[in-house]
Amino acid sequence: MTEGIATRGGGWRRADGPPAETRKKKRRGGRRGGRGEVAMVDDVEFTSYYGRPIIKPPVWKTPDVPLYLFLGGAAGSSSILGALADVTGRPALARASRLTAGGGAVLSVVYLIHDLGRPARFLHMLRVFKPTSPLSVGTYILSPFGAAAGGAAALELLGWFPGLKRFAGLVSAVFGGPLATYTGVLLANTAVPSWHAPHTELPYLFGGSAMAAGGGITMAFTPVEEAGPSRKMAVAGAAIELVVMHRVENGHGIVSEPYHEDRAGLLLRLAKACTVAGAALTVVSGRHRAGAVASGVLLAAGSALTRFGVFDAGMASARDPKYTVVPQRERMAARAAEQAHASSLTQ
Amino acid sequence: MTSISSASPAFTGKDPNNRLFGPLPDVQGDAGYEAGHPERVGFFTDTSVCIGCKACEVACKEWNTLPMDDSHGTRDTMGLSGMSYDNTGQLGANSWRHVAFIEQVRTVDLPMPTFGRPGDDRQGSGPSPAVSGDAGSQAHMQASVLNAEALSEFDPQTGQSGTDKQVRWLMSSDVCKHCTHAGCLDVCPTGALFRTEFGTVVVQGDICNGCGYCVPACPYGVIDRREDDGRVFKCTMCYDRLTDGLMPACATACPTQSIQFGDLDELQARADARLATLQSQGVETARLYGRDEDDGVGGNGAFFLLLDEPEVYGLPPDPIVTTRDLPAMWKAAGKAALMIVGVAASAVLGSRRPR
Repeated sequence: MTEGIATRGGGWRRADGPPAETRKKKRRGGRRGGRGEVAMVDDVEFTSYYGRPIIKPPVWKTPDVPLYLFLGGAAGSSSILGALADVTGRPALARASRLTAGGGAVLSVVYLIHDLGRPARFLHMLRVFKPTSPLSVGTYILSPFGAAAGGAAALELLGWFPGLKRFAGLVSAVFGGPLATYTGVLLANTAVPSWHAPHTELPYLFGGSAMAAGGGITMAFTPVEEAGPSRKMAVAGAAIELVVMHRVENGHGIVSEPYHEDRAGLLLRLAKACTVAGAALTVVSGRHRAGAVASGVLLAAGSALTRFGVFDAGMASARDPKYTVVPQRERMAARAAEQAHASSLTQ
Repeated sequence: MTSISSASPAFTGKDPNNRLFGPLPDVQGDAGYEAGHPERVGFFTDTSVCIGCKACEVACKEWNTLPMDDSHGTRDTMGLSGMSYDNTGQLGANSWRHVAFIEQVRTVDLPMPTFGRPGDDRQGSGPSPAVSGDAGSQAHMQASVLNAEALSEFDPQTGQSGTDKQVRWLMSSDVCKHCTHAGCLDVCPTGALFRTEFGTVVVQGDICNGCGYCVPACPYGVIDRREDDGRVFKCTMCYDRLTDGLMPACATACPTQSIQFGDLDELQARADARLATLQSQGVETARLYGRDEDDGVGGNGAFFLLLDEPEVYGLPPDPIVTTRDLPAMWKAAGKAALMIVGVAASAVLGSRRPR
């Protein structure tokens, strides 16, 4: 059957389909996309099994997981702010931060457990500790954080044991940073192409986004004269979020594509608009009550939308075999070229 | 030398102490089993002799009492995929063997008779049963009721159409690869997934809490969560049968020895010999998949002989276990956490104290 055929695939193609699915040049000319920074990938050819996805899309539910990412981030960054505000004598900011951290921690635990297929077995997470599993590491970050931040918030509301409250707040601050950034690893440590490719950037993205959200929320709940640190952290976080998001969206060739398309693209454009507006409003009128509230809401919305957008982009990239096959083919071609180059050097 | 990672240069795959990537001669020993554990076992699925009978799928469902599902994994529904003879569609929580079916065509450059073909304008060049005498009017009558174009292109003597097409069917029984570096196993936060003494990867149903992390961690899209149950399921390589010295159900049922079960070393040697045979017979598209221990998952416990590119069968061409890059990710997360502390500290210290 195959004798005399020298080509690699033997010239075979699927009887009822094209030899390879060819992708037309497709770029959504978004209003914000006019800067010409989008890496274009033209006419990629790839083969698939009846267009079916190769990897399984995550079974994680939305809004549970994106909200968990958002709330965990906001809680983590505000816990750090709260502890620092406490030791530098800003009681109102410390109070708002503790309540934000505690509320976010409790809610994020609820969302995380609700997302399990067997919620009653959530304690099985604590059977083992595995550094190779970001979810296991995350459990051991979230559990002490939740206990400390939740406890600090409860004591804040009740007004009991101020010493214990301070201590709990400090403990939560220790786990706050890892809580805000480990979620980037949680998504990146998968075979989902659009999450795995930016695997060193997602922690920074989520860290920046967490600071924007935490700063924004605490700014909205703190008297403006005490909320200076919140404003500064929010603006810095928003800037980091925007810069890193830009790299995630544009630096990874074809797997950056889902960040621009469909619902993920829309969510991320909205996220950018909210974050830019929130940061600008913070600078302009963050010292007024109404301005602080409005920019806090915008920054939190921007952060939440970023998580929803990143989540959606990953789901979209998992559902399309193109994003699994094409980068792997490119990787193989690069490796073959490198080997050919190396062998030509040694000869 | 191949450079394996651009992201985690510390892990070249050649470091004997690195357990996240690269070849592992003793998988069970690495997982903590003491010396004297059984040999690592595996599947060698030789798709060149697969006839697509799906006995493996049936045997697997029967032995493991898997629920019925349709080609999208929807439980307890029956339906046709509408795309081919493949109505299983994919591996999933309820289908641990999946026979892929692909019908392919190609144009061939065989020397063809240039005379006497219906529709050929050189009618005087030779005898042509279709256009001479009474047969001509018969052909005309047929053409009036059937597709004239198809008729004129089809040559009944060679069974080939005018465009010189050949047809072949590819059939391949897909299964969990039982990777040397299994992404599902690495990311499982409960310890429900574990490495058995046979070197296979198995889910403990009484431990799994359905977090779902293994599902997107698998570079092959094998493991999935079962609807209404909440837990994940996948091929166990019939762990229960192995412990009793039996072959897995699918390999036992396979009538053509397309699915071969045995010690992995032996299967690898057998596969290499089979590949050499096929190549000497001129089947140049034959290749082994998952056999190479230097690949992105350290080689598969269940590997394949394919007749086309992996993605034609729905397999990833160059899978890499996601945890290979985990050290780089943790480093980034640690630095990002410090970044938050730094930004928060400078925000606090850079602000004027309230009156």
